[in-house]
Amino acid sequence: MTIVVVMEQVPDVAEELAIAPSGTDLDRDAISYVVNEYDEHALEEALLLAETSGDEVVAIGIDATGELDQALYTALAKGAQRAIKLTGDFEGTWLSTRTAARLLAPVIEELAPRLVLVGVQAPDDLDGQLAPTLAALLGWPHASVVVGSELVNGMVRVRKELWGGITMLLELALPAVLGIQAARQAPRYVPVSRVRQVMREASIEVRDVEVTSDLAPVPVRLRFPEETGQAELLTGSASEIADRLIELLRARGLL
Amino acid sequence: MAQRIVVLVEHLYGEPTDVTFELLGLARRIADSDGAIVEAVLLGEGVRHLAETLPAERVILVEHPALRYLAPEATAITVTGLLRTDAPRLALLPNTSLGMDVAAWVASALDWPLVAYCQALERREGQLVATAQLFGGKILADVAVGTSPTVISVLAGAFAAAALEPAAPGTIEVREPPAELAALRTHAASLERPAAADVDITRAEKIVAVGRGIESKDNLELAEELAQALGAVVAASRPLVDAGWLPRSRQVGKSGLKVKPKLYLALGISGAPEHLEGMKDAELIIAINKDPKAPIFGVADYGAVADLFDVVEALLERLGG
Repeated sequence: MTIVVVMEQVPDVAEELAIAPSGTDLDRDAISYVVNEYDEHALEEALLLAETSGDEVVAIGIDATGELDQALYTALAKGAQRAIKLTGDFEGTWLSTRTAARLLAPVIEELAPRLVLVGVQAPDDLDGQLAPTLAALLGWPHASVVVGSELVNGMVRVRKELWGGITMLLELALPAVLGIQAARQAPRYVPVSRVRQVMREASIEVRDVEVTSDLAPVPVRLRFPEETGQAELLTGSASEIADRLIELLRARGLL
Repeated sequence: MAQRIVVLVEHLYGEPTDVTFELLGLARRIADSDGAIVEAVLLGEGVRHLAETLPAERVILVEHPALRYLAPEATAITVTGLLRTDAPRLALLPNTSLGMDVAAWVASALDWPLVAYCQALERREGQLVATAQLFGGKILADVAVGTSPTVISVLAGAFAAAALEPAAPGTIEVREPPAELAALRTHAASLERPAAADVDITRAEKIVAVGRGIESKDNLELAEELAQALGAVVAASRPLVDAGWLPRSRQVGKSGLKVKPKLYLALGISGAPEHLEGMKDAELIIAINKDPKAPIFGVADYGAVADLFDVVEALLERLGG
């Protein structure tokens, strides 16, 4: 049986972002891409589930960046058995969640998995999160913000986090789609040498797909947030900053 | 017939959540500007009494055992059915854990446009514009909302709550639950409260909060030392908790806890919107981060673009740590 994990590359928001002259997308040339951190957790959770259940883990991704191979080889090096890359006429564009779900759904249906694991959200989810979007297209039950899962008696038992530590416990019939917030343990590390070895030994299956329609909202304008209420910046050396902070805390009776 | 703006009522443990009133307030302002009416969609089991507390012209009530906790499948199916029949101008849902499972599912099932992470919704030159907060809060996207029915999932804490209008209770319209609720593939929903925590960060007067900038679990000791010297407790942003470095009881933010201490010292926290939601009301916020564009500086009172380790060590020297 199969567990599918969707891996997406997203702009690294820890880096400085620039807006393209069109104003409707980021400047894609200036972006460095990383695997969506929640997808790393989804992969980890899939591998943990499979260690117990013996399922085959298939990592699948849409190559909108031209750089997805690295992410998929890393998934293989971590323990996924298969990797599938969807390619098409969309490289360098901002794929909406709806479009991504439409590209993924038929391939996932063909794989007939019992579980699909997706990162709970991505930084560019303008039209909503992938897990529920995909679940609606597939007609499968779903839950997101999942922080724990277990395959029991042909069901998946999940822990969905609400807030303040309150969780909802659910049992979903299979097949099901889960939006993973956090795997039960931190995503495993794999040495670069192992990834290189996998690159020599394994291969990524490539499927050419086509975008047919896109109903997603299109930004009329991207902009940086206004810098209202910006912090008063303390400058100087670390010692000078520490002096100012101590002064501030004393003045407010916090020391 | 007047156009409708529909709001999904989120409730937990028998109480509507704060975001519900924020959504109703937002719906009211939009409705007042174009003559629409506000409808609250109240789903649940034994929740009829909540209908009277909701500031809306009409409350659509659907009760069924499967809707008790607003579990994803039952809620999404029910909301989809209601929206398909009623085709409101706008459907506003909270972009919370409960709401995000419904908004994207419903919009996808109906093939309606969805704008998520909405932090502003206003009329500009006659055009309704939704502003979404993307890329970790570093970029805003203005989206023109068309005239066809649109789903908008709204960030908690982004809008002022609606005033309660006890003088004008809305009409209650009871609808039958959809037949599909008899054949759900989601079962045994229940809620679990968190185990008692060693430290209650919501009651702490001073918090030293650490984020990804702390780099490794071993470095938490430094934060712990500083917290002790300040008489504070250590809290964290979500990635550190997800990594298992600190327990969930120490997590500040949307999926964690909301805190309002006298001092919130944020070390190496970039300030993703989900984090800001949990701490922006602190009395004094001081942020130390290497990235001058980190959104945390947008809510901080004081900030320093610096290496947090250098500053913490300098602070410890001065505090006799």
